[in-house]
Amino acid sequence: MAEYLVLIYEDESAYERPAPGAVDKMMEGHRLFGERHADAIRGGNALQPSGTATSLRGDGGGGFAITDGAFAETKEALGGYYLVEAADLDEAIALAKEIPAPFGGVEVRPVRPL
Amino acid sequence: MDASVEAAVADAHRREWAFVLAATVRVAGDIDLAEECVQDAYARALTSWPDQGVPARPAAWLTTVARRRAVDLLRRRAVHDRVLPDLLVEEEPAEPVAGDRPGVPDDRLRLVFTCCHPALAPEARVALTLRLVCGLTTAEVARMFLVQESTMAARITRAKKKIAAARIPYRVPRLEELPERTDAVLTVVHLVFTTGHTAPVGADLVRSDLAELALSLARMLRLLLPDDADVAGLLGLILLTHARRSTRVSADGSLALLSDQDRSRWDAEGIAEGLALVREALTRRPPGRFALMAAIAAVHAEAPAWSATDWAELVGLYDLLVAIWPSPVVALNRAVAVGFADGPEAGLAALDRLVDEPQLATYAYLPSARAGLLARLGRDDEAADAYRRALDLTDNAVEREFLRSRLDGLGGPPVADP
Repeated sequence: MAEYLVLIYEDESAYERPAPGAVDKMMEGHRLFGERHADAIRGGNALQPSGTATSLRGDGGGGFAITDGAFAETKEALGGYYLVEAADLDEAIALAKEIPAPFGGVEVRPVRPL
Repeated sequence: MDASVEAAVADAHRREWAFVLAATVRVAGDIDLAEECVQDAYARALTSWPDQGVPARPAAWLTTVARRRAVDLLRRRAVHDRVLPDLLVEEEPAEPVAGDRPGVPDDRLRLVFTCCHPALAPEARVALTLRLVCGLTTAEVARMFLVQESTMAARITRAKKKIAAARIPYRVPRLEELPERTDAVLTVVHLVFTTGHTAPVGADLVRSDLAELALSLARMLRLLLPDDADVAGLLGLILLTHARRSTRVSADGSLALLSDQDRSRWDAEGIAEGLALVREALTRRPPGRFALMAAIAAVHAEAPAWSATDWAELVGLYDLLVAIWPSPVVALNRAVAVGFADGPEAGLAALDRLVDEPQLATYAYLPSARAGLLARLGRDDEAADAYRRALDLTDNAVEREFLRSRLDGLGGPPVADP
């Protein structure tokens, strides 16, 4: 078995004025996903919007440049994640297909054990 | 070194590479490791076979040696790392799976589906299959894709790393997954056939081992997906094209164009099987690209003589093909058909629209097709330039000889239109 981090990328502006019931439907989707795959899910959560992010970059001399915002500004921002266990990529993709991401999509990244 | 042993090893490399590698991946659970072990096995064959003789079943010998080496390396690695390797390989079937057993895909098909996984970039899938399943060198694969060898090497390495790191499984997809996984495999099998049909480099025009590997892969796909129109189209295309193989090179070793081939020597059985598949593939609306390409091959196969070729029908089929598959190479073939249907002037006009296509910048057929049209118009100086340009881009000995003879023949009596 191996671990995969499934990163949920969505257009944040879509959540500012969502269609009625859209958020409820999405939350219900996450609840169902969590129920159905309790054995495979190792962790996961939603993130606050990228406007709350703080980025740090070392300046090489022991100091840090601290800036407001996410590391990379993209149309679709990282908004949540799951850590799942799967036998192989096909199984991880099958799991990822069930994760609700109505305003974007998900990225599946294999975890490299250290 | 005994030349016959060296030839036997080379032959086993051309014919059995895919079998040996696919069988070794099962044990190694890692494509890179398997590849290394298979290379070791071929090297061992070079030193062992002169003393022991060439084994009756070279593939079995090579597989045993490669697998033993893999087990050995895995054990050492396990002792060293104190971990067991991750095996993503399906459990071995109780009895060996034979490629000719109906309905049962062999290991090579498993390897093809792994190499054609949708999580890999499309250009990487094809490259990987040619390298791993067909045993082509990176240089040969690079030439097929008209890119630098270093670019291709990087592409293959990156894809292999992803297979290992992301754990792309080594298996034939489940039935319900097959439709979305098939097109990539068909594309690859078609390219393998194209490479075998006209070898990009070397002394021989046809590398029948590759053409036959593609044919057997297409037949296996047909067993696996008997109702798939694209599979039927591809198999039909391969059969109809392969049916002409023995007439493409004349007795003196020179290239014989479709116009000069002895059609009575075409493989009638292959043509009959191919035509039936084309009819089946064309029943799906709209027809897919392999069905259309097969239909184009069928028009040639059904013409009793070159002069009886239905060029208008061919242009119509190429129009449909370009619409669903806007590749510059297809547009080039369409222009050639236009040159016969509507005359060289019209063909040249269609061709000249393609000269700025970056994908055709190093494609020898563009200048050679241009040269043929210019020669028919009596514009010999321009035709000669175009033939020289084509020669610069051609590494296959038979094709080079053909181009040179055309170049030498310029200024003689004008080549008659069909």
